[in-house]
Amino acid sequence: MKIFETFLLIGLIICALSVTFTKRMLTAIVIYMSYSLIMCVIWVILQSPDLAITEAAVGAGVTSILFFVTLKKIDGFGGDSDNEQD
Amino acid sequence: MSRIRDNYKTSPAGRFEAWYKDGYDPMDDCMDIHKPAEVSEENDVADVIAGLDLGDTVYDRTTNKALRISGHIYKILSVVLCVVMIGALIWMVQYLPPFGQPDNPVNNEVSERYIGSGIQETGAVNFVTGMILDYRAFDTFGESCVLFIATICVQILLRYDEAEKDPANVRRRQKAATDRIYEPKNDIILQKVSVILVPLLFIFGIYIILNGHLSPGGGFSGGAVIGAGLILYLCSFGYAKTERFFTVRTFRIISLAALITYCLAKSYSFYTGANHLESHIPLGTPGAILSSGLILVLNICVGSVVACTMYAFYTLFRKGDF
Repeated sequence: MKIFETFLLIGLIICALSVTFTKRMLTAIVIYMSYSLIMCVIWVILQSPDLAITEAAVGAGVTSILFFVTLKKIDGFGGDSDNEQD
Repeated sequence: MSRIRDNYKTSPAGRFEAWYKDGYDPMDDCMDIHKPAEVSEENDVADVIAGLDLGDTVYDRTTNKALRISGHIYKILSVVLCVVMIGALIWMVQYLPPFGQPDNPVNNEVSERYIGSGIQETGAVNFVTGMILDYRAFDTFGESCVLFIATICVQILLRYDEAEKDPANVRRRQKAATDRIYEPKNDIILQKVSVILVPLLFIFGIYIILNGHLSPGGGFSGGAVIGAGLILYLCSFGYAKTERFFTVRTFRIISLAALITYCLAKSYSFYTGANHLESHIPLGTPGAILSSGLILVLNICVGSVVACTMYAFYTLFRKGDF
């Protein structure tokens, strides 16, 4: 269990660092989603399943979807965003 | 006898009156204001590109020396600030008590009371829900109201005004309308997956809300799950199918009904000066689904507000309207 926790925490740090160093917004959002999922598992290990459910639904689900919609609105996908429009 | 001012027009009071009566602009002759060139529909892109070229020469770091120096200072200062903040936070972490020790400051008489007599006083097996919706119900009411106000603010910021005649706004509105026409993209993978997932998500969310006082979860988590399910359904089947059961009218009715129910159910303790009067609602046997008094009702209220808010956020971000 200790090894698993350490593994998750290292993954958390890697995600947090790589979000800041990614050039593409889309990649950053996907990394943010994976950060939320790792955080969700950590909440379960810390024995707070309430927070885990909320983190999975809000952090990984709804917030990322709002980010995606905003990116589409401001044409922030980069590259072939024109073909994607319609 | 006061002196008659012959230069009233140029005195501060006279200028203020002129400004108040809309005859005088205090910024006249102070700035040179150019009217923006008339942008035609066809070559506004070219104009924008020309404007970008001008900006490139001004903000080019290879030619503008002052900008280059200030850029270096800015970078160094930001790195220093970051390192100082990280160092301060890590330094503070050393003073935190170790995790899970019995003599930590969090183990005081408040949590003792919650754990010791929470089941007798609230009837909820899940301590967290008993805390949130009974001892601290006022906080949760504030949170639900904050969600509702956030939806209203997003609507104020992002909506499209139907009476607007400005061509830019008209174009934005038309873009939103076409976004809606092309909406059902008939993505077969998305539709097949959502046919399986959406009912499961709804049932799981309802389960979390109704079992909020028995098992982990509660109004907020369950509402977020239901909202995510609604968003998935909308993504895969489009507005035409969603609006058969969820329009702006539904949103208004559900949010207002839930908030008013919550307010009426808990307002008695606010009027009695936060004294916890007896509500005379039987608490039932702890562990049964119909137990713990008002907590079940409040959970349903919070859950419906959160689900509506999540869905409203998505639609407002997507097309600026319901």
